[in-house]
Amino acid sequence: MSNWEILWQARDEFLIGFWRTLEIFGLSIAGAFLIGCGLLYLLEGSRKRLTMPLRIFIDAMRMLPFLILVYLLYYGLPSVGIRLDAWWTGVGALAVYHGTYFAEIFRSNRLTFPPGQIEAAKAHGFTKSKMFFRLILPQVIMQTRPLLGNQLIYALKDTAFLVIITVRELTAVANSLSSTYFIPTEAFIVVIGFYWALSVAMEIIIKQCGRFSAKRGFDNV
Amino acid sequence: MNASAWQMLLEGAWTTVWISAVSIAIGVLAGLVIALIRLARIPIVDQLLVLYISVARATPLVTLALFIFLSAPDLGLDFNRSVAGILALTLNTTAFNAEIWRSAFRNFSREQREAAMATGMTPWITFRRIMLPQMVITSLPGLINEMSFLIKGSPAIAVIGIVDLTRVTNRISAVTYEPLPPILVAGALYMMVIGCLIWLQRIFERRANRLAM
Repeated sequence: MSNWEILWQARDEFLIGFWRTLEIFGLSIAGAFLIGCGLLYLLEGSRKRLTMPLRIFIDAMRMLPFLILVYLLYYGLPSVGIRLDAWWTGVGALAVYHGTYFAEIFRSNRLTFPPGQIEAAKAHGFTKSKMFFRLILPQVIMQTRPLLGNQLIYALKDTAFLVIITVRELTAVANSLSSTYFIPTEAFIVVIGFYWALSVAMEIIIKQCGRFSAKRGFDNV
Repeated sequence: MNASAWQMLLEGAWTTVWISAVSIAIGVLAGLVIALIRLARIPIVDQLLVLYISVARATPLVTLALFIFLSAPDLGLDFNRSVAGILALTLNTTAFNAEIWRSAFRNFSREQREAAMATGMTPWITFRRIMLPQMVITSLPGLINEMSFLIKGSPAIAVIGIVDLTRVTNRISAVTYEPLPPILVAGALYMMVIGCLIWLQRIFERRANRLAM
């Protein structure tokens, strides 16, 4: 029996691993997106005292490796009495870590926002939250979509770090298969193929979003 | 934490820094070479390089490190851990650096190249005297950004057993049963290294802006 046949018989394990990676990735980027939008809203807000700590928090996160954050949550939190399981630690860490990156991307785009629109909205009597959700957020999201796409690919790649805290995802499946049947080369080629297909699919989706946003006139600023 | 824990942390930091530095040095040069080869548009080589860049950008570092370390004996190669780690980091960063260099090439002003040609410079001299110095300055902010991504990704090599700054925290907490302090110190050390890079990046960005390129 050739090595590839062994892998074909273990296809269920690959699919389970792929599904778990997708699950972690989907949940965590949804969380990250919400955190990013929330941070942008807080930075937008009138409370000046909040701005400085938030900026420091965002910059600190951007200077830390992802794995250190995971270690902090997985090994560090139990010593202050909070115990999370590996899976939720992974999802939470990914969401917080990439949420701050999203916030930074949004913030840098928000700086180049034409002030005339804000003034016009204020003159029309928009409330703060309405202005944020109807005016600022949609434009910021559509204009930053190439950067967001890049960040999504980074987030996908960071899911592989979770193998170190024993989450059973795609890389962990390849690792365990390669030690069971001793076929590391083939197992990892298959897994790299999965990751590659996923990121190519994401790039295509981001490009399609570009069409939509060109049609809606988000790009001609 | 006692003195030996601090010493272990610093040794881990040193491991992280030297492995990253070697990969960065190789990666920046290899990226330049790949960008140059891609400019030549040699039929099959070009497609292969595009495939390499696309796959390497999508592959997680952890997966790549495990792949190289575990499958090297299968392919008849004999690496030690450090070489496998450096190879994984280099393969990853080269793909990103090649794209940065290539965009610097594409955005290089045509007038200057035509002027160099008109004054009778050979392509090699044009490249070395005119293009390279300017391209280095324009692409340095991008390259340094990629360097800090590499350092942030470098804990991936812990998975093949290299005792780097992240892994060493496990070793210390296995002795002291207090995981929080070493992890916090390791985080601070990472922040210092990456903070230095960000500071360098700001300087080069300012210089690039001043030269109006």
